[in-house]
Amino acid sequence: MSAWSVTEPSARSKGIAAVLVILYTVITLVPLVWIIATGFKTGPDSISYPPKVIFQPSLEGYVNLFTDRTRATPEQLAAMPPPENFVDEIVQRRGEVITQPSKFGARFMNSVIIGFGSTFLSIFLGTLAAYAFSRFRVPLKDDLLFFILSTRMMPPIAVAIPIFLMFRQLGLSDTHLGMILLYTGVNISLAVWLLKGFIDEIPREYEEAALIDGYTRFQAFRKVVLPQAATGIASTAIFCLIFAWNEYAFAFLLTSGTAQTAPPFIPTIFGVGGKDWPAVAAGATLFLLPVMIFTILLRKHLLRGITFGAVRK
Amino acid sequence: MPDTPIDRLARATPSSLARRARGLSDRAIAWVFVTPTILLLLAINIFPLIWTVRLSFTNFAANKPNAEVKWVGLRNYQRILTDPDIWQTMQATAHFLFWTLLLQVVLGFALAWLINRKFRGNDLMTTLIVIPMMLSPAVVGNFWTFLYEPQIGLFNYAVEFFAGIPASSFSMLGSVALAPWAIVIVDTWMWTPFVMLICLAGLRSIPDYIYEAAEVDRASKWRQFWTMTVPMVLPFLMLAVLFRGIENFKMFDLVVQLTGGGPGSTTLLTSIELKREAFEKWRTGYSSAYAIILFVTVFGLASIYVKALNKVKER
Repeated sequence: MSAWSVTEPSARSKGIAAVLVILYTVITLVPLVWIIATGFKTGPDSISYPPKVIFQPSLEGYVNLFTDRTRATPEQLAAMPPPENFVDEIVQRRGEVITQPSKFGARFMNSVIIGFGSTFLSIFLGTLAAYAFSRFRVPLKDDLLFFILSTRMMPPIAVAIPIFLMFRQLGLSDTHLGMILLYTGVNISLAVWLLKGFIDEIPREYEEAALIDGYTRFQAFRKVVLPQAATGIASTAIFCLIFAWNEYAFAFLLTSGTAQTAPPFIPTIFGVGGKDWPAVAAGATLFLLPVMIFTILLRKHLLRGITFGAVRK
Repeated sequence: MPDTPIDRLARATPSSLARRARGLSDRAIAWVFVTPTILLLLAINIFPLIWTVRLSFTNFAANKPNAEVKWVGLRNYQRILTDPDIWQTMQATAHFLFWTLLLQVVLGFALAWLINRKFRGNDLMTTLIVIPMMLSPAVVGNFWTFLYEPQIGLFNYAVEFFAGIPASSFSMLGSVALAPWAIVIVDTWMWTPFVMLICLAGLRSIPDYIYEAAEVDRASKWRQFWTMTVPMVLPFLMLAVLFRGIENFKMFDLVVQLTGGGPGSTTLLTSIELKREAFEKWRTGYSSAYAIILFVTVFGLASIYVKALNKVKER
């Protein structure tokens, strides 16, 4: 190819494109940067006019996020020992006392347990089913795959009505197991669909060679196919995890206490006399950051995941 | 056909023995592998769907499980289809769908087209742009209510700074005129990257030689864009619209956090209305019928759309 190509954009057009795209990127990231920044502001700083871009960072939001507090009387304050650590100091400076740890830690752990539990189950079942769909003739295969996909067309609230009744009958309301099963049921369609695409790409010849070498079908699956599909399985797992992590509608309707996850909880964080935005932002930061990191790790397979494998590349 | 000793041995072995020797037969493996998934889908997807259909013909109320359940036939359906409030939520949903799809297609395609200029660092920009769509809509939506605060919100301040409209003079979420646009803005912010990614895959699938041939034929850039680029990206773009359309028809988490359907019922999307009927008014039978109507609508529209999409692909 010659040094100059008709399809290569000129330096000027590249420059203009770069400027416009960078401009969009900056604008689109402002709300996210604002979440992170607000988490490190004090209450008054967070609601100042004009909005403060430069401010004295404070851990007040994070302290508020993890504790429940009450306003202390002057006598109580006077009787209190001098603060031992920064947490006590922040709380005392505002004339408050910590009554107990907040529910945020437990809600966050619920998200972790339900997220990982349902991801593990979806991947375990999904890999088996995807292998069968990819390699064997399963009766009604095409119908099954379309059916699996169409389950995603139902609004979550519509599904929630019978699930709500079913869980109440079975005693699964507001339990980890119930939510894990539910998210697995929702995720498995995505998992099977994506994993089938990844397994289709592994040449059959590998397994056939293993079968000739005396492996059983199951050994061939375990020792030949699984290692080959590892990247595909990992990225599918991250998609399942992100879905379960972000899910709100089911969690909001079907959990209230023991098994409540973070998304329905974070919006309910209130301080004394109104919304405690630094605490909300701190919770949101802790909750969103893992997904931001996963997104960056996942960038190569992103397109495939979000389109159910319809667009590969 | 190869004829090694192993092949000869394999042929000589009775098939039942061979199967035992090799562990489970392929058929058995297929069933063992697929059955758990099918059972789970039956339990979590099919069974509830059938139950919803059943409930939709009754006057059942989930908060009164012991009350007598009456069979009411098609009355629920009849009431929904003649209820003017329902049609108002349909209108709100249509407004939301139309504008989010339009803005996301225009912005998403433009961004993809720019990124496809392959300037240095375009991969990094793509990754950064994509981040918002991966985040929890409920948590992000909740924080946007802060950005939309009339006096202290960053959004209102930005409008004051760039357009000179005082930040405290308007409330994006509180005003009947602005709220439908407030939800469109946040959804577009969140989901434009989705359309962009798919368009980018489309643009990158166009082979260079087509443009080289067009240059040889002296087709203008404008003409190349409309007769080559756009038609070849169209199937991808239509796919993106299909996904976004289905998702936004079901939209719940983002908007319920932003406006909760208000002010009045200006942003009362179908899913939010459904939640009110089912879990606040506890009209389980009625809302089941509503759910079925929604499902049939999405399913029907999606099927027609997929047919059109396949036609475009074949061209």
